Amino acid sequence: MDVTFKIKRYDPEVENPESYWQDYTVTLDDSSTILDGLIKIREEVDGTLSLRCSCRSSICGSCAMRINGHAGLACKTQARLATDENNVIILEPAGVMPVVKDLVVDFDIFWSKIMAVDPYLKPEGPEPEAEYIASNEAMLHLSEVTACIMCGSCVSDCTVMEVDPTFLGPAALAKAYRFTADPRDGDAKGLSRDRLEALNEASGMWDCTRCGECVQACPKGVAPMDRIMALREQAINSGFDNTLGARHAEAFADSVEHSGQLDELRLVPNTVGMTNLPVLLNMAPEALRAFTHGKLPPIIHKKIENADRVKKLFRRVEDPDRK
Amino acid sequence: MKYAFFPGCVSRGGCPELYPAAKLICERLNIELQEMPGASCTGAGVLQEKNEFLGDALNARTFAMAEALGIQIMTICSTCQGVMSQANRRMKKNPEYLSKINVELAEEGLEYKGTADPKHLLWIIIEDYGLDKLETLITKPLAGIRLAPFYGCYLVRPTEALDFADNPERLTSLERLIETLGATVVDFSGKTRCCGFPILTINEKNSMAMVGKHTAEAKDLGADAMITPCPLCHLNLDAFQPRASAQAQRSIDLPIIHMPQAIGLAMGISPKDMGLQRHIVSTKPLITKLGVPAG
Repeated sequence: MDVTFKIKRYDPEVENPESYWQDYTVTLDDSSTILDGLIKIREEVDGTLSLRCSCRSSICGSCAMRINGHAGLACKTQARLATDENNVIILEPAGVMPVVKDLVVDFDIFWSKIMAVDPYLKPEGPEPEAEYIASNEAMLHLSEVTACIMCGSCVSDCTVMEVDPTFLGPAALAKAYRFTADPRDGDAKGLSRDRLEALNEASGMWDCTRCGECVQACPKGVAPMDRIMALREQAINSGFDNTLGARHAEAFADSVEHSGQLDELRLVPNTVGMTNLPVLLNMAPEALRAFTHGKLPPIIHKKIENADRVKKLFRRVEDPDRK
Repeated sequence: MKYAFFPGCVSRGGCPELYPAAKLICERLNIELQEMPGASCTGAGVLQEKNEFLGDALNARTFAMAEALGIQIMTICSTCQGVMSQANRRMKKNPEYLSKINVELAEEGLEYKGTADPKHLLWIIIEDYGLDKLETLITKPLAGIRLAPFYGCYLVRPTEALDFADNPERLTSLERLIETLGATVVDFSGKTRCCGFPILTINEKNSMAMVGKHTAEAKDLGADAMITPCPLCHLNLDAFQPRASAQAQRSIDLPIIHMPQAIGLAMGISPKDMGLQRHIVSTKPLITKLGVPAG
């Protein structure tokens, strides 16, 4: 099978460096991975092509790159399954992180975020006489998130980091959850109050858009966005509920609880506070334009049929005595 | 063809032009819709931040209503679709979880048996209705109009929940629809990215950066309009485009069209009946280029 790799290249050492595309066509077996193809190019066609790789079995996390526009591991993707109708595969360096050369990116931003969440256990209180004990169940729950191989695929495709490099991002937040959900971390009950408080700050858990790119990109099933949602639930349940994000979730849930559907008109005031005039005035141009175009949500919010049944469902599920 | 219609909150709230447009084109396509007046909001992924089980129970309740009607659910919102698909996957792959949810539903005499398969109108047109059949109803092809597709995250990710493995055509469904309507696809890197709406009240700057980035990219590639199957994306990309444009310090002025509106226009329905006058970014240049009277 002849496969054409269309590779986005970049050489920092030439005068006025700019990225450019270069095509390489190589013959591969049906079972070959994209990494097999790249190594073949480097060894037999063009020794100047730079890439990172090591284990060739999706353990080391070195060969993450954009394959046809989306992040993934070159060693875990069969070339045959990634080609288009013309047998072309498009390869680019991972996103968000700056390119060093060709398919090699600078991981500094990745590691700085991981280090920012203190990626080690921080038990509080007196040490136990023997070892710290964690239940099998608690560790099994963490097995998905501890499967992270730090390949940077999630960071590459994160839609928030693309516009805001201060965001902690999916890898670091998933790593943080690995500790907030560990019964040995935090106080005697396993509650990691200090962590949750810090992650509640700007650029933390509430800045995620829930776009799902990281879930899709992760080659190991870590599902970082799901961990971020779990962090949010932990934060709200631990009393860290005075952030815009937490109040937004509360206001949304209140609206559905009382009418069965979303009261869009009151969601913003209920989130930022009815008396928070600066924020409300900030949104006034959009509200006014919506009004003049006949698209302001209804002033009188309607309930769905039998809305009381939804309210009862909320009450039953959220009854603290049942837990 | 008959479906249990789940219009979602925004098609009757912040984007009130969508609900009548979708109903009108379904009438023309002979797709019968049965409303479910007792169905609740899906939770939109927001309620799920607070309590995922509760969100799933709300969706199971809606699925049980559709099962009782003996028909499948049709959505017209990428977010509703994605949240329903994700909830459905969790329940279908874990019978124990589903039975826990059914304990809650039993209180009001409902049971979800696990047979629901909610589909967005976009998927219904391609998979159940057929683009060939749609083509026979096109009387005013959108020839010469350049449309940039914008899917909405929840309609493209995670692909496992959305059954992309069994339905690979879903990956390019919007492009194929655009071509069927006679318009030209403007392919651009932002088409499956995030519009920023979920963080609008939490981090406005980032949200506006996303709107600015995607609309400007499509505009610079020569798009006459952007087309989206998601009213939440529409809200951010259209209603907040002036703010995003100010933040990006450049003009953008890219009309954002709901998917059913584009279908309606191609079937010869007037821009007014499709509600194009209710958009914030003016659709007049698009209507002029189409060569049809606005009313």
